[in-house]
Amino acid sequence: MSTVTVHAHEVDKHGHGHDEHHHHDTFITKYVFSQDHKMIAKQFLITGIIMAVIAMLLSVLFRIQLAYPEKSFPLLETLLGRFAPEGKISPDFYLSLVTIHGTIMVFFVLTAGLSGTFSNLLIPLQVGARDMASPFLNMLSYWFFFLACVIMLSSFFVQKGPASGGWTIYPPLSALPKAMPGSGEGMTLWLISMVLFVASSLMGGINYVSTVLNMRTKGMDLWKMPLTIWAFFLTAVLGVLSFPVLVAGVVLLIFDRSFGTSFYLSDIVIAGKVMPYEGGSPILFQHLFWFLGHPEVYIVIMPAFGISSEIISTNSRKPIFGYHAMVYSLIGIAVLSFIVWGHHMFVTGMNPFLGGVFMITTLIIAVPSAVKTFNYLATLWRGNLRFTPGMLFAIGLVSFFISGGLTGIFLGNAALDINLHDTYFVVAHFHLVMGSAAIFGMLAGVYHWFPKMFGRLMDERLGYLHFWLTFAGAYLVFFPMHFMGLDGVPRRYYAFTEFESMKQWLSVNTFITWAAIMSAVAQLLFLFNFFYSIFFGKKTTQNPWQSNTLEWTTPVEHLHGNWPGEIPTVYRWPYDYSKPGAEEDFIPQTVPFSQTMSSNLPHDFEDNEAGLEAYDKWQKENKAIEAN
Amino acid sequence: MYSSVTNTKKEYIMAFKKILNLKTLSSAFAAMLLFATSTVMAQDTTATNFPGADDAAKSAMWTTVGYYALIVVLVGIIIGIVGKILRVYDLTLQIQGKKTINWSNVMGIIFIIFLVAGIYGALWSFFVQGNMLLPISASLHGVKTDNMFNITFGITVVVFFLTQIALFGFSFYYRNRGKRKAYFYPHNNTIEKIWTIIPAIVLTVLVITGFFTWKEITNTTEVKGDINIDITGHQFAWELRYPGKDGKLGSKKYTLVSGTNKLGIDFKDKNSLDDLAADTLVLPVNRSIRINIFAQDVIHSVYMPHFRAQLNAVPGLPTYMKFTPTILTTDMREKTGNPKFEYLLYCNKICGGGHYNMQKVVRVVSDSEYADWLSKQKPYLTDGVKKELKMAVNTQPAAQGQNRLALNN
Repeated sequence: MSTVTVHAHEVDKHGHGHDEHHHHDTFITKYVFSQDHKMIAKQFLITGIIMAVIAMLLSVLFRIQLAYPEKSFPLLETLLGRFAPEGKISPDFYLSLVTIHGTIMVFFVLTAGLSGTFSNLLIPLQVGARDMASPFLNMLSYWFFFLACVIMLSSFFVQKGPASGGWTIYPPLSALPKAMPGSGEGMTLWLISMVLFVASSLMGGINYVSTVLNMRTKGMDLWKMPLTIWAFFLTAVLGVLSFPVLVAGVVLLIFDRSFGTSFYLSDIVIAGKVMPYEGGSPILFQHLFWFLGHPEVYIVIMPAFGISSEIISTNSRKPIFGYHAMVYSLIGIAVLSFIVWGHHMFVTGMNPFLGGVFMITTLIIAVPSAVKTFNYLATLWRGNLRFTPGMLFAIGLVSFFISGGLTGIFLGNAALDINLHDTYFVVAHFHLVMGSAAIFGMLAGVYHWFPKMFGRLMDERLGYLHFWLTFAGAYLVFFPMHFMGLDGVPRRYYAFTEFESMKQWLSVNTFITWAAIMSAVAQLLFLFNFFYSIFFGKKTTQNPWQSNTLEWTTPVEHLHGNWPGEIPTVYRWPYDYSKPGAEEDFIPQTVPFSQTMSSNLPHDFEDNEAGLEAYDKWQKENKAIEAN
Repeated sequence: MYSSVTNTKKEYIMAFKKILNLKTLSSAFAAMLLFATSTVMAQDTTATNFPGADDAAKSAMWTTVGYYALIVVLVGIIIGIVGKILRVYDLTLQIQGKKTINWSNVMGIIFIIFLVAGIYGALWSFFVQGNMLLPISASLHGVKTDNMFNITFGITVVVFFLTQIALFGFSFYYRNRGKRKAYFYPHNNTIEKIWTIIPAIVLTVLVITGFFTWKEITNTTEVKGDINIDITGHQFAWELRYPGKDGKLGSKKYTLVSGTNKLGIDFKDKNSLDDLAADTLVLPVNRSIRINIFAQDVIHSVYMPHFRAQLNAVPGLPTYMKFTPTILTTDMREKTGNPKFEYLLYCNKICGGGHYNMQKVVRVVSDSEYADWLSKQKPYLTDGVKKELKMAVNTQPAAQGQNRLALNN
C-alpha cells in the first residue's frame, strides 16, 4: 500500500514541479531532521566514525597503561585530570576506558554505525524503493542514536567517571555503587544511553524489515535480492528479536539499583556491611544479557558479510559462488545465534549439562561460517580481480574472519574454555572477528559506496596505504594476544607487574601498544581521505564499479525519491558478471533477458516457462543460422 | 587525430602545472615547521625563566607533544609528496606513451609478500611465544584438556594455513591482468555439499570429544576422601577455610558476617568449631580436592591456569569444582627450571579497581607435609570470637541438634 502512495506522490511531484510548500528543503530539513534515507545514512556514518575515533583513542590510552605500567605521563594528567593522578591512569579509570571502548565499538560503531549506515543507504536503493517504509521513524532512529551517543560520552564528565564494570556490566558489580566508582552516576548514564540506543535500533530494525518485505520493486523477488539486502534483513530481524531482551535485563538492573529490588542480588556483604538483598541471581542477568549479546555479535558481522559478498563479487567480475548457499548459511547463522548464548557462561556455575548443550549448538554454527568462507574463496578463484580499496578491505575481512573464526572453535569447546575464559585469547578472538573483520566490512562499504553517498570518489592510493597499514597493524596487535591468553593472562587487568609470571609479556605488551598506535595513526589517512573527498574528490560516474545492482541506476545527484522517473523493474539476479556470450562483463539487474539472448542460460528460466520457450526457440533459430 | 593528441598533451601539461603548485605548498609547510619549532623553542626559554619545576615539566611535556605532532605532520607531508611524485612519474610515462604504474600488479605482489611475511611471523610466534606458555598440566583432568587443545590446534592450524594461502594466492594469481575474462561459475552443488559435510564431520568429532572431556571434568560426584576447602572471594582478596580434625566444614551465612567473623561462619554448627584459616592454598598431591566457591560482594572467578581449572564465584550461588593436583610444586620448579615457580590462583572476572592483584599462592605438597602444615593453622574460632559469642565450652552439645540440618554443602 505504502509503495503505491509514495509512487503516486512522486509522479505528482514531477508533474507539477516543486510548488508544494513542504518540498522546499531548508537547511534543517535537509541536513538535520532529514527524512531522506540517504541523508540519514550519512548522519549515521559520520556519527559512527566520530564515535569510532573516540573509542580508538580510549584504546590507545589503556594500551599505553599496559605497555608502561610504571611510567608517568604528565600529558595524561593534563588531559584527564583526576582520572590520571600524577600522570598515571588510575585503576578505576582504566576499567572505565575498557568498558566505554567496548560499549562504543560494539553498539555505537559496529551496530548503529554499520547497520545504520548501510541498511539505510542500500535497502531502498537496492530493492528499488523511494525511501524507507517510515521515513519519520527512520529520522527518529537517528536522533535517538545521537542522544544515546551524547549521554554515553557525557558520563566522562560526572564526578566518579563513566561506567567501569566491563561492557557486559555484570551485576552485582554494576548494581552496587559502593562496589566501584563507575557504578555510580556513570552506570546510570550508561543504562539510560543503552535504553535510548535500543529504542533507536528497534525503530531502525522494524523499518528495514518492513521495507525489505513490502517495498521491493517489480520483479525483485526474494531470490533476486543482493546478498547485502539478505544480510541487512536478517540482521534487522535478529535485532528486533533480541534487543528487547537487553532492555528487559537493563530495566531490572535499574530497579535493583534504584528501587531496592533483588532481581540480580543476593547474599551480599560489601565493605563489611550486610546488604538486605535476598533471593536474586546474578546469573539471570548474564542469561538476559547474552540472549541479546550473542545475536549481537552476528548483528555486527552479518552486514559485514553482506557488504563483502557484494564487493568481492563485483570486483572479481564473477558471480558470488553459491548464492543460495550464502543465503541459507546466513539464515542458519541467524537462527542458530539464538541458541548459543550459553557459551559465554561455561564457567559461571551454570549447570554443566547446559554447558554441554551450548557447546554442541556453538560448534554447529561453525558449519555455515565455514561454508561462507569457502564460497568467498571460490568466488575469487579464476576471477578477474580489481583491487579497489573496497575490494582490498573485503579480502582483509575474509582473512580476519578465518583467523578469528578458527579460534572460536577453541572457545566454543567448553572443556577448553575453562582455561581460556576471560583471558587474552578471548580478547584476540573477538577483536579479530568483530574488531577487525567487521570494521573491515564497514571500511570496505565506505570505500565502495562513497560515490553513491557523496557523488565523488575517494583517493585510491591513499586507500591502498590505509589498507596495508591497518591490515598489518591489526594482525600485529591481535595475533600475539593469543599466546598471552594461552599463558593464562587475564583480560581487564590494570597492570601485569603484580605477577612474576606475567612479567615476561611486558615486552610483548609494549610491542602491541606501538602496533596499535601505528594502526591508529594510519586511520588519519582514512579520515583525511574521507573528509577531503567529500568536498574535493574526483567526481564519479553513475556506475563507477560497473556493478549490477539497482543503486547504480540512480542519478549521481541525490534526489528525494531516488529515481527521477519510474522505479526500474528487475529481471535477473544481481550477479551476472562475466557471463559468457555477453558483450560486457556485467549485466545490470534492470536488463531484461530479451536483450541478452546471446548470453542466456537455461538456468535463467527455472520458474519461467514462457521465457524458457523463447530461449529454446532462439537457440533453434540461432543454430539454424549457424548451419546455413 | 593529431589535434586530440595535442589536447591530451595539454592536459598533461596542465596537470604538471598543478603539481608545480606543490612547491608553494611545501614552502608553506616549511614556514609552518619553522614557526612550530620556534614556538617550541620559545617555550623552552620561558621554561628556563621560571624556576618552578612544575612549569618546566609542563613545558617539557608540551615540547614532547609538539615533537610527536610534528613527526605525524612530517610523515603526512612525506606521504603527500611521494603521492605527487608517483603522479608525476605516472604522467611522464603516459606522455612517453609507456605503460603506467600497474597498481593491480603492485597489490598482487604485496599480497604475496604479506603472505610470506605472515607465514613467517605466525611460525615465529608459534615457536617463540608458543614456548612462553603455561607448563604441562599439573592436574589429572588438565591432561585431557591439553589433549583436546592439541587436537583442535592440529586441525585448525592446517585449515588456517591452507585457507590463508588460498586467499592470498588467489588474490595474487587472479589479479586483473588486462585481457582475461573471469570464469562464470555461479555454483556447483557437489563442491558445496563437500565443503558443508567435511567441516560438519570434523566439528562433530570435536564436539563429541569435547563433550565427553567436559562431562568428565564437570562430573564431580562426591567421593569419600575428598578434601573440602572453602574459598571466598571479596574485594580484593580470597579467604580460605580448611576443615579441622573432623574433616568437615561447618555452615556459614552471610548475615553473620561481622568484624571478627569475616566469613559469617555459623559457630552453632559443631563442624565449624575446628575450621581452620590459611593464607596459602596448600594441597596434598594426588588427592581429590573439592573447592567450594563463594563470593561476598561481586562476582569473582577462581582461576588456576596451571591446573586448567576455573569457576566463577557468584554471590548467592555457591559453586564447587573438583580436581586432582598431580605435580608437586618442587617438581614443577625443576621442570620449568624456575626455582621461584609457584602455582597461582587469581581472579579472572572483573571485580573492581583491585581486580588485577587478587592472587593466592597454591602449593602442592606431599601428604605428610600437608598434615604437618595443617596442624599449624589457626582455627577461625579465636578467643576474640568466643568472647563475642559468649560461647562457653558447655554450650557445644546444645548445637548438636542443628548439626544434622547444616549440610556440608
